[in-house]
Amino acid sequence: MKQKAKQKVSFKEFLNHTKAALQDPDQRKSMGTDIKNLLVSILKFLILVGVSYVILSPVIGMLAKSFCSDADAIDPMVYVIPKNPTLSRYALAILRMDYFPTIARDLVYTLLTTLMQLFICSMVGYGFARFNFPFKNVLFALVVVMIVIPSHTIMLPLYMTFKEFDPFGLATLITGAPINLMGTTIPMYIMTMLGCGVRSGLYIYIFNQFFRGLPKEIEEAALVDGAGVWYTYFRIMLRNAMPAVITVAVFSIVWQFNDTFYAKLFLISPDVVISKKIATLQSVIANQDKIMSLTLQELYLDAGIILILLPIVLIYVLLQRYFIEGVERSGIVG
Amino acid sequence: MKKRKKMTLLQKRSMMGLVFILPWFVGFLIFYVRSLFLTGQFAFSKLTIDAVQGGYQLAPVGLANFKEAFFAHATFKQDLTTSVINMLIDVPLITFFSLFMAMLLNKKFPGRFVVRAIFFLPIILHAGAISEAMDLSAQMMNGGISSQAQEMANTAGNTLAFDIDYIISMFMNLGLPASILDYIVEAVARINSIIEASGVQIIIFIAALQSIPGSMYEVAKIEGATGYETFWKVTFPMVMPHIITNVVYTIVDSFTESPVVDLAYTTAFDKFNYGLSSVFSLVSTIVTCVILVAIVGFIQKRTFYYN
Repeated sequence: MKQKAKQKVSFKEFLNHTKAALQDPDQRKSMGTDIKNLLVSILKFLILVGVSYVILSPVIGMLAKSFCSDADAIDPMVYVIPKNPTLSRYALAILRMDYFPTIARDLVYTLLTTLMQLFICSMVGYGFARFNFPFKNVLFALVVVMIVIPSHTIMLPLYMTFKEFDPFGLATLITGAPINLMGTTIPMYIMTMLGCGVRSGLYIYIFNQFFRGLPKEIEEAALVDGAGVWYTYFRIMLRNAMPAVITVAVFSIVWQFNDTFYAKLFLISPDVVISKKIATLQSVIANQDKIMSLTLQELYLDAGIILILLPIVLIYVLLQRYFIEGVERSGIVG
Repeated sequence: MKKRKKMTLLQKRSMMGLVFILPWFVGFLIFYVRSLFLTGQFAFSKLTIDAVQGGYQLAPVGLANFKEAFFAHATFKQDLTTSVINMLIDVPLITFFSLFMAMLLNKKFPGRFVVRAIFFLPIILHAGAISEAMDLSAQMMNGGISSQAQEMANTAGNTLAFDIDYIISMFMNLGLPASILDYIVEAVARINSIIEASGVQIIIFIAALQSIPGSMYEVAKIEGATGYETFWKVTFPMVMPHIITNVVYTIVDSFTESPVVDLAYTTAFDKFNYGLSSVFSLVSTIVTCVILVAIVGFIQKRTFYYN
């Protein structure tokens, strides 16, 4: 009884307080903004959560399904959290994809191309940013053209070039016939070394913008102290361009690892490019393990997809903090 | 003999610059200039590959390949229009969605890093091979038992509890023009692909927003501008140049995954009709470039450059 009365009083007090506040125009205004701000931040929160859900939901679904046992897969009561989690999907997917050797080969391939991209693109970007030479603007316009031209326009000639690889007739001179480079990773290495790899144009652009933003005094100091051009570039400029380097490294690792266009074009073996194996995983499991239920096949496919995403997500999580800061500071935007 | 004339320091530096860009320049000549030339040549000829000796022969056929592409081929025109229409729908949606998201993410709030990390995940997940595998498995499922992943992805568009038709009819009754309504419904239905495709654009916009000097907002605030006015008078003009970058990126990106490219690929490597494939590539590239120039020109006229 007593408590109730007390509550009533406090409520009355609150009402009076609010009334007083509402009568005072200044206080009313500030309360209005407070409520508005609260509503706006709730709305923002809802939007962010909603969009995050749309992004994450397929991943959550795949992750959940990859742990389901046979019984869980057909049990309509199971939603997201499996009743009898099992690792057998992963075991078979690892076996059939030959996972560990393949992923090791793929990572070596990806990291090597990324290193080449970093080296070549930073060099070209630096060249455009810090030196004056005839037709510089025209040449830089060509870099932009390279970004814009879709790579499928040039796929046939590229295929022809590397199918009968014969630089200046050297191969014919030595072995008597042009070399067929199809099915190897060499075409990709050659293209990357010549600054025409996966999205190289974009990387050159990023590096160019970043180097242009660095103060010229650093280089002048190096020059006065007797450093040569190459020494300045490797030991001083590249060190200072770390944000841009990390940005390009993350982009390059992710896009190279996910690339299927060039992998298909150059017929690079699925033993090197693991993302090609996922396309056949389902039929391999159907044929070799005689698992005919499509519902079950899909569980293995999900496990396979999670396995393939795993290393790249790890790299991304490790680098992401530097990456986003790097993008913000590297002035992709100039 | 006359002594070789010494280069001035400036000339030396410009030579160094050429050395720096040399690898790219050689690659550009070999892989782009030569390839574009060859693609043009293939389009006007019948190409036969010599399986025994290696190499290929070209027999000029004039405009036959173009005639086949435009008058005889079953799906080319259809694929081309689908690609172009998809792109025209996607470009404004992706641009505005990513600008909006960048503005939300640019603010300081707790858990910012987690949310940002999630938002850039699509760049990783948007892999050709993985979506192919999932499409394939969806085809094999043949629309029977739908997988949980798809079910969960679809909940964004329709759930059992949420009847989208009801909302649509409600808007119809409001008297909104049908074409605008269709566009909005289409946009909502595509939310998945829009979010997937806007990772890089969000990054670019965040970087752009960070480069706007804070003093401008201060001035706007002192002069008594509302949030709405600040957006249209300060933020929007300042990010305008980067809208061009993003539009270009979106157009190129959406074309590399369009049905036309698939068609060109299968025509060349499954049906071995290289001439026809070159025509497909060339025509789609020209269409892309025309659209690019038109849209960029249109935006550029209205762009304000701060510097």
